[in-house]
Amino acid sequence: MTQTFDILVIGAGPAGVAAATAAAEGGLRVGVVDDNPSTGGQIWRRGAASPAAARRWMEQFESAAITRLMGWQVIDCLRLGPDGGVLRAEGNTPGGEAADLHFRRLILATGARERFLPFPGWTLPNVMGAGGLDAMVRGGLPIEAKRVVVAGTGPLLLAVAAHLKERGAQVMAICEQASPAQMAPLGWALLRQPSKLRQGMGYRWTTRKTPYLTRCWPLAALAESSVGESDGQNSQPRLRSVRLQREGRQWTVECDYLACGFHLIPNTELAALLGCAMRDGFIVTDEQMQTSMPGVWCAGEPTSIGGVECSLLEGQIAGLAAAGKTGAALALSKRRAGMQAFVEALERACRLDPRLRDLAAEETIVCRCEDVRMAALRGRSDGRDAKLHTRCGMGPCQGRICGGATEFLFGWRAGQVRPPLYPALVSSLMEEEAAGSVAGGAEYAVSEGIENV
Amino acid sequence: MTGHADVIVIGAGIVGSACARACAAQGLKTLVLDAAGVGGGATAAGMGHIVVMDDSPAQLALTRRSQQLWEGISAELPADVEFERRGTLWVAVDEEEMHEVRRKQAVYAAAGVRTEVLDARAVAGAEPELRPGLAGALLAPADAVLYPPAAAAWLLQQAVSLGAERLGPQRVAAAARGEVRMEDGSKLCARWIVNACGVGATQLLPELPIRKRRGHLVITDRYPGFVHHQLVELGYLKSAHAVADESAAFNVQPRQTGQILIGSSREFGAEDTEINRSLLAAMLRRAEIYLPRIGRLRAIRAWTGFRAATPDKLPLIGPWPEDGSLMLATGHEGLGITTSLATGELVAAEITGIRPGIAAEPYLPARFLNGSPAASEQLLFGEAAYD
Repeated sequence: MTQTFDILVIGAGPAGVAAATAAAEGGLRVGVVDDNPSTGGQIWRRGAASPAAARRWMEQFESAAITRLMGWQVIDCLRLGPDGGVLRAEGNTPGGEAADLHFRRLILATGARERFLPFPGWTLPNVMGAGGLDAMVRGGLPIEAKRVVVAGTGPLLLAVAAHLKERGAQVMAICEQASPAQMAPLGWALLRQPSKLRQGMGYRWTTRKTPYLTRCWPLAALAESSVGESDGQNSQPRLRSVRLQREGRQWTVECDYLACGFHLIPNTELAALLGCAMRDGFIVTDEQMQTSMPGVWCAGEPTSIGGVECSLLEGQIAGLAAAGKTGAALALSKRRAGMQAFVEALERACRLDPRLRDLAAEETIVCRCEDVRMAALRGRSDGRDAKLHTRCGMGPCQGRICGGATEFLFGWRAGQVRPPLYPALVSSLMEEEAAGSVAGGAEYAVSEGIENV
Repeated sequence: MTGHADVIVIGAGIVGSACARACAAQGLKTLVLDAAGVGGGATAAGMGHIVVMDDSPAQLALTRRSQQLWEGISAELPADVEFERRGTLWVAVDEEEMHEVRRKQAVYAAAGVRTEVLDARAVAGAEPELRPGLAGALLAPADAVLYPPAAAAWLLQQAVSLGAERLGPQRVAAAARGEVRMEDGSKLCARWIVNACGVGATQLLPELPIRKRRGHLVITDRYPGFVHHQLVELGYLKSAHAVADESAAFNVQPRQTGQILIGSSREFGAEDTEINRSLLAAMLRRAEIYLPRIGRLRAIRAWTGFRAATPDKLPLIGPWPEDGSLMLATGHEGLGITTSLATGELVAAEITGIRPGIAAEPYLPARFLNGSPAASEQLLFGEAAYD
């Protein structure tokens, strides 16, 4: 299959939705690709009780003339030049159809994923990502009367705790690794963003009976059968409790679920494959959200972790700029500068305490795909050396899960990004690029509306 | 730092590690240097196929000797080396290739290598995923597969336990006349310097007749039992792709993990590590001709690596005549995993004056110093198939 777009947006979360909606206003052919079956990204999943702003955005998006390729995963870039390029995607169907998506301009809105840190017992069933558990509950996992401990760092913890509480969960504790001093600037920044502040206070009101503990983290998740021996390889050990630590005090809380998320890691693999310049793990853009690669824009978390409002604004700027509406894009980008204080305060608030590096015991698994334990990783010269000699990061997740941990634990950065970006059928890599002209040609008549940027 | 050494091995790939082990085993005071981790170059990029090849008598002698040496240490290899005597199945598609099967069998038999001719029915029984209608195959049961970075690490660890010393990662700026100079300015001295840098060998000795020949590999998720042997098309040896600058052949390996490695490609003139999409696609389509259902497997990674190719398809093993302290152990192209052990043996024998297991002459670098190297390079590169 081949499809041709003036503007192709990768990701249908807030940034992608805003980008596509803004870009489609001029009558350009706009497409959006997302590996999820439904739009909204991790944060606005369909069916969720979304805020009014989200509903408005989704309504605009749904009513715009935008081609939505949901359930498609981008696995490679076959070509990229100043006039456009071609991405290959694979359909999330049993047949696994491949499609070549031709575009003149590309907007990356690939979002972020949770960072996991290894500690004894983190691989037990029912120990999961905070956002992951939240998504499962939205997807129908019964949580009523279940005891949940939420731990990690960042505003997501409070949002998840509040939502689980609303769904009838008994939230036992919210454990935030950061110190109050570290979080203070975030509080000040929030004062200037009343909507965020209201939202946060609402979450806290919902969870008011749950202790919110700063400088607190899980020492170990303990299995039902073997107390103290938490990495248990017995047949399906079940989570029984979590051992928490706060300033020298340790105690155990019984629970059915432990939801852990140590903030977010931007999804930058596609951008890296395209050759976009990066700084400190984020994609570098100009004020119109254009990356170092001509014809490629980026919006949302891959450029900085700034929350939904920031993603929406960046998406609009990128969409307008990619559509050639430079003036409108620049006007919006002034507002983006005002959000910078929040972005920086959030970054500081979520900086991980170095003591979290000591949580993993020697026998704690770090790479879940390949069962690589902490002891095997110590002393390795870099991530590649570790990969070659321990298989860390060699599994189907391609290092997306353990990479966030080993970056924090050892300072290892991800290596060269190569296709396939996600595990893909061999047949999807077998086909030559499907024909289609990227520049010129009758099928591009509509594209003449794009002004030169 | 360590004083005067007998031997400094530059390069801790599988060849350098095997040289260090062989030298240390002879009681030579041996140092090993590498810019990065163990086995991070072509060693990490390759398939790890221990295979006897008969492109030329010299290649047959070197691969055969090496295979015997691998066989000899196979019981000592730790589990992470994943050594498995899978056997190679040289797959023949038609009667013409069956003639080649029988010729090959005769050549191997003369060299003492036992093989077995399989007819169409036997091939289908041995590898049910192969497409129907093949003519047959030659089975070389003693061939093996292993995981090369772990094999290199084990060889180096053996060298260290025999007294060799491995220095921390550092880049060598120059190596000549018994002296190795690091990029940080420090120096080390030795009677012999072994250049085992693979394609990097020319950085220290630009006049070496070595070219980069890029290859691609794809690895799948785990599908235990999908194939059982290392499967190689017999056309590998004779087909047109060997002459072209860019070519793909069917070469598939079952890993101990249940994963399938899919190869192979050859490319001259490619200097970067990027994936050549159309060549990768051609390589996978080639595999699909033999294994019709391979397209349904899930690929989890693809990568490239550089083989160190010489004009006559034989490695450069032995003294470099222009410098009495320099010993070469490079130019192994796609056979370095197999031939690392015989290379180590030849290098140690040359240094100590003992008699090696096979004649050293065909591999001596001096062969490129007669006449015009440039002319012979042009003539020889681009000739028939190998690896």
